[in-house]
Amino acid sequence: MEKFKKLNSPAVPVAIADIDTDQIIPARFLKATSREGFGENVFRDWRYDKNGELVQDFPLNDSKYSGKILVAEKNFGCGSSREHAAWAITDYGFKVVVSSFFADIFKGNALNNGLLPVQVSEAFLTKVFSAIQKDPQTALEVDLENQTITLVATGEKEQFEINEYKKECMINGYDDIDYLINQKTEIENYESKAVKFW
Amino acid sequence: MGKTLFDKVWDAHVVKHAPGGLDILYIDKHLIHEVTSPQAFKEIENRGLEIFRTQNMVATPDHNVPTLDQHLPIKDALSKFQVDTLTENCEKHNVNLFGLGHPFQGIVHVIGPELGLTLPGMTMVCGDSHTSTHGAFGSIAFGIGTSQVAQVMASQCVLLQKPKKMRITIDGELSKGVEAKDIILYVIAQLTAAGGTGHFIEYAGSAITSLSMEERMTICNMSIEMGARGGMIAPDEVTFDYVKDREFAPKGEQLKEAITYWKSLKTDASAQFDTEHTFDANNITPMVTYGTNPGMGIGVKESIPNSNGNAASFDKSLNYMGFKKGQEIIGTPVNYVFIGSCTNSRIEDLRKVASFIKGKKKAANVNALIVPGSKQVEKQAKEEGLDKILEAAGFQLREPGCSACLAMNEDKVPAGEYCISTSNRNFEGRQGPGARTILASPLMAAAVAIEGKIVDVRNYLN
Repeated sequence: MEKFKKLNSPAVPVAIADIDTDQIIPARFLKATSREGFGENVFRDWRYDKNGELVQDFPLNDSKYSGKILVAEKNFGCGSSREHAAWAITDYGFKVVVSSFFADIFKGNALNNGLLPVQVSEAFLTKVFSAIQKDPQTALEVDLENQTITLVATGEKEQFEINEYKKECMINGYDDIDYLINQKTEIENYESKAVKFW
Repeated sequence: MGKTLFDKVWDAHVVKHAPGGLDILYIDKHLIHEVTSPQAFKEIENRGLEIFRTQNMVATPDHNVPTLDQHLPIKDALSKFQVDTLTENCEKHNVNLFGLGHPFQGIVHVIGPELGLTLPGMTMVCGDSHTSTHGAFGSIAFGIGTSQVAQVMASQCVLLQKPKKMRITIDGELSKGVEAKDIILYVIAQLTAAGGTGHFIEYAGSAITSLSMEERMTICNMSIEMGARGGMIAPDEVTFDYVKDREFAPKGEQLKEAITYWKSLKTDASAQFDTEHTFDANNITPMVTYGTNPGMGIGVKESIPNSNGNAASFDKSLNYMGFKKGQEIIGTPVNYVFIGSCTNSRIEDLRKVASFIKGKKKAANVNALIVPGSKQVEKQAKEEGLDKILEAAGFQLREPGCSACLAMNEDKVPAGEYCISTSNRNFEGRQGPGARTILASPLMAAAVAIEGKIVDVRNYLN
């Protein structure tokens, strides 16, 4: 997994609530057997119209926006557990998603792929959206070690929460599988003691 | 302080507490399918690891499979490759596979329970969010991402923070024409699509305990649609009766011992929940959704509200659906009906539909697809003669799979068309690009198929 410490970047705003993983990557693109290449179809049905033409004013297609941070309204990543959603977002080039609320499974999948979910207050999210509206290239700074997100232009900042262990994993590029396979003895001990009827 | 049902099962599966307040949770049963497993097999191989406990795994293809001519090679090259990859991976790693054509093949959340693979007190995972279905047995069952699928393959464990606990109590009696699907659509409409986030739910109350196992599965299945990781119901005599004699369930003395243990899986009177909600079953009517998330539901006789959460998202949603604020939904012409999915494709669902449409004909404008959840459901439906009733009414009875619930195969709803669907998600494009999904119960779907427009099924029942 790629390491993450700090990022300073403009952001792409998608001011929609309850963005489900079917929008992030529609089911018809889940037929691949590798993790790569999903970025091409991220938000496919919002980026392209029914004739396959680019929807010019969708923020990912709008040349005034750029950067490695995606900003969305609350309940981002709800619905299906498909990790392809996290793969699609990272493959497209995003490193951070900012929202006021993440769906549980998506949040876990993001963290397992070096994509940092930054949960901010509704008030701060509103500030971020209006700052980008005023200046589409305004920069956000995301500092994982200090758990802060800052609107660089004004210096307004907010702390965000992240599980201490997951933070270490992100900073060092470790993943859970590394940790779990080192616990085999204890897992076998558990198996020998557990009462099972199956 | 006493323990909840969830605490009892969770605590019995903690291998140890890990850093950061996480638990290493042991997984008893790992179900896999063709879409979310290939990358996990690849990861295991790339790291030079072996599957730790192949005997705890069961595989079946369901998401991608065609529902016609399953005995022939799959026409879609990518789908074929994915299904073939599952077969190859299972052969290579010695995983028990119920492949296409096998009498046990079907939607993973239908076959688990019907084969007795799903049992009370277990922990179960699958790379699929509707794994919550299995919680109906009093098991902790939840969906995971592919990285976690690889973790379970490598260690039979996941690393998780214990979720918060929510109890949803529904007392009272359901009116005629109101089904388990209506209960859960009603609850999600009350609590919103994010109302359960961070929680594991226990469903309780007389309206829940009076349900059959299949109806309980419908309830637990949709827990994820309010953001909850899973939902569970305390096992009781209904559960034990369902489990006994199933293919892989314990038998004889072992079953007796198991039942003694399973009877202890109840929330203690002194146990505390982080969140509690109570609803009255008498207030629930046949439900339909009008928007693009499962929280956007109303009673069929109600009008579409003027607002619901974020204004821009609400407008976008209504615009996609072709509905207006304040509009009545009843009478909306519907050309597509889909009865199937891990929510409602079991034998009781098919029986209800067949009994409603017996001697009737679908409306001329309607294309009605009915997709059984498994080969066993399909076989039983035929043995009971339901196929004849469905065919006589103009329904197409297909072969099992996820089908038009997520439209990964050929079963798609055309752009702009309304589809009344017994599935679980009404997201934009879920049933095909531009398709407009209206979620409802099997009984409502049957009534709509006959009338060709949205009607209140209660008007057709004696």
